[in-house]
Amino acid sequence: MTEREHYEAVVVGAGPGGAAAAAALARNDVETLVLERGVEAGSKNVSGGLLYAEESAPYTMDDLFAGFREAATERPVTDYYLHNLAGDRVETFDITDLHEHDTEWSDAVLRRKMDSWLAERVHELTRETGGGLLTDVRVNGLLREEGEIVGVTCDELDPIEADFVVAADGVNSELARDAGLMDWEEPEEWFQGVKAVVDMPEGAIDDRFGLDGEAGEAHLFSGDLFEGVRGGGFLYTNEDTLSIGTVFHLDSLVAEEAEPHELLDALLTHPLLARWLDDGYEELEYAAKLVPDSKKVAHPSPHEGRLVLVGDAGGQMQAQGPIIKGMNHAVTAGALAGEAFTEARSRNDPDAAGDLYERKLRDEGVMKKLRPPRYRAVRALAEHGPVTGALDAVLESPVGRFGVRALGDRFETLYGSPFLSMMVPDTRTPYVTLPTVIAEELGERIGGENDVTPPDLADRIGDLTYDVDVGNPHIEVVDDSFAVSGDAVTACPVSARDFGGGCYREETVRTNGEERTVVSLDTQPCVECGTCAIVADTDWEHPRGGKGVEFRQG
Amino acid sequence: MNTIVLTKGVPDFREGQVSFDEDGHLERGETPTVMNPNDEHALEAALQTKVRQGGTVSVMSMGPPGYGDVLREAMESVYADDLYLLSDREMAAADTWATAITIATALEGMDPSPDLVFAGFKTADGETGHTGPQTCWAYGMPIVTHVVSLEIDPDEERLRAKRLVEGDIAEIETVETSLPAFVVADPEFEPSYRRAEHRLRHRDLREETRERAANYEEHMTVWDHTDLNLDPDYIGLDGSPTVVSSVDPIPKAPAEREATMVDPESDEEMRQVFEEMAPLAGGE
Repeated sequence: MTEREHYEAVVVGAGPGGAAAAAALARNDVETLVLERGVEAGSKNVSGGLLYAEESAPYTMDDLFAGFREAATERPVTDYYLHNLAGDRVETFDITDLHEHDTEWSDAVLRRKMDSWLAERVHELTRETGGGLLTDVRVNGLLREEGEIVGVTCDELDPIEADFVVAADGVNSELARDAGLMDWEEPEEWFQGVKAVVDMPEGAIDDRFGLDGEAGEAHLFSGDLFEGVRGGGFLYTNEDTLSIGTVFHLDSLVAEEAEPHELLDALLTHPLLARWLDDGYEELEYAAKLVPDSKKVAHPSPHEGRLVLVGDAGGQMQAQGPIIKGMNHAVTAGALAGEAFTEARSRNDPDAAGDLYERKLRDEGVMKKLRPPRYRAVRALAEHGPVTGALDAVLESPVGRFGVRALGDRFETLYGSPFLSMMVPDTRTPYVTLPTVIAEELGERIGGENDVTPPDLADRIGDLTYDVDVGNPHIEVVDDSFAVSGDAVTACPVSARDFGGGCYREETVRTNGEERTVVSLDTQPCVECGTCAIVADTDWEHPRGGKGVEFRQG
Repeated sequence: MNTIVLTKGVPDFREGQVSFDEDGHLERGETPTVMNPNDEHALEAALQTKVRQGGTVSVMSMGPPGYGDVLREAMESVYADDLYLLSDREMAAADTWATAITIATALEGMDPSPDLVFAGFKTADGETGHTGPQTCWAYGMPIVTHVVSLEIDPDEERLRAKRLVEGDIAEIETVETSLPAFVVADPEFEPSYRRAEHRLRHRDLREETRERAANYEEHMTVWDHTDLNLDPDYIGLDGSPTVVSSVDPIPKAPAEREATMVDPESDEEMRQVFEEMAPLAGGE
């Protein structure tokens, strides 16, 4: 038998976190191998997506990759609005000040374009160290010797040894789970986002948003349009397309038995959207992803032996009030991980890299952003059921409504406060009740008919590109009883009640005179978001390298 | 490791490319020439050797000067270092015997001499499967046919291959031989790159080759019979013992059903379809 391959560092996943880690490692002459499971970097990736560069961050994407913004991003966001909706009443707040707080720049991005551009740079950088970047390789677990992590195992390659393993393998990180650092147990710890990338006729974005070809806008939507599900909508302007999506707390989505694609449609067909969309609506891609709620799951000590977690894999996704920041934290964390290993190696103690990484996350203020102490302070009270109910009742009462009217314009200022945004509780109040009352009391009726006809779920799935691993499904239902796994039928973004073309279906089976309601699974339409891993009882893995869904926009 | 791949240009038999006359004879002038599809597997095997063991890969073919395109295609897929085209009017119309003599002589002229020669499993036009083994016999080295996977031990100068017994996928044997050797890759051949370094080198070679393939003519050597010091009486048509006594066109399979073309845009024609189908739907 030939000797095992060895690299100083193996980075799993070529998203922004993996790219940053690999660049930081390679620039310090660490022999670095990057393994990406997609056919191209970005083909498995979805984000909203706004990429921030924070003034307070030690690393930003354009620090690490010269020419990044010119080549790999869409429009910079120069104006940011929050729309409170109740029926056809809308009250719009300008929250650009909040958006610009601690922001050096912020660009809309599409992940296929961005990640594939990054991957080219990363390959050039890492190849010089003797490593490089490979696509179509799925890392399926940790290589251990006598209980210690010594590398990774892959579907396509023989086991590889490494002194340092960076798990930047996304929200459904198989390495984080293999190491016991993350689990898929609690729906409250996750959001689910779905997104449509919408093609726009030439010049339409500038005309309809009043832009000059360079600048861009971001819009958030909350209120009564999402059937009471806790969450909201977003719209970002790309160069020639729009990213329009919705993000909801997964537990709320499950509790309301809401269909994610229908909630997206509720946004797309809202009268407010008629100012930007018309009957020529053309959807390029429907996509979905899970989003970790860093307030609850950002791992305070994201390492184990030679393994460190970066980005979504470590729950490093900050969703706090209207502020949604994920990729920037992944970039910072990735670069800090690279720094940590370089320092540990120079001290001849590479195994100390994990502790150093944890310390850097804390010293650079990353962990404080991901797990704000102020949120934890108010959470105990504000997310307490009876308190929430009382708050909602007061807000909706004449007294509360009077208060909202009295505060009036000052709400805009309050919403623009970075201090307050860090303690917004995850309840119905800020997502649904307050915006609805604000819109009802302060908002104006908007005219205009929305002529958008969104494609149905079958067409959305039909427009996606798949390379199906025939006969080798990557998800198996462990307990197929409807009571245990039935939530997947509605919560899965590519499944729906009474829809036969999705992943999960409700079925009635009669055996020996007994009747059971079960769920059946067909993984062919799967978009690999991971929702069913949490809401159903499954054995969940990613497909083999290059197999499964391939996003063109992301 | 010096590797040579033999390839051949053949008529493109794919639907829409190939052209036959009224008697069912191939219209060679109307049909484009492409690389013999089975040679793809020989190229994959040679590429695996180059990626895993290093060294050079040369591609060799015998045919008219227009075969340059076929060789360029081969260069792109095997990341070849150089190309050899044996091309001469005296070589034309050769049967497998005369072809084997010609190629074996060219192989003998290679410096350094090859460690491995790869060929595909029969060509799409002649379908004899003779040329590879005959060339090997004429050159004089061990041959392994129907190879589906390959491991080379360069230090021991040995080759270990899995091959289909009697060309049957159900029965696979493992054989070993010394180098140099001749390998015929089966269509079931699967290259194997289980090490990251292999895949990284593969990527490097692909990038290197792009430029070379754009200027492939600079890397192509053309040899005629004088370069190979071959007697015209022993090559080409004159050197071919095979006599084609007659050629029978393959009869078209008789149609069992009658087809009627219907324009789906025409309401009148579509109505006729429904009228004809209605009794069938009624169980008649």
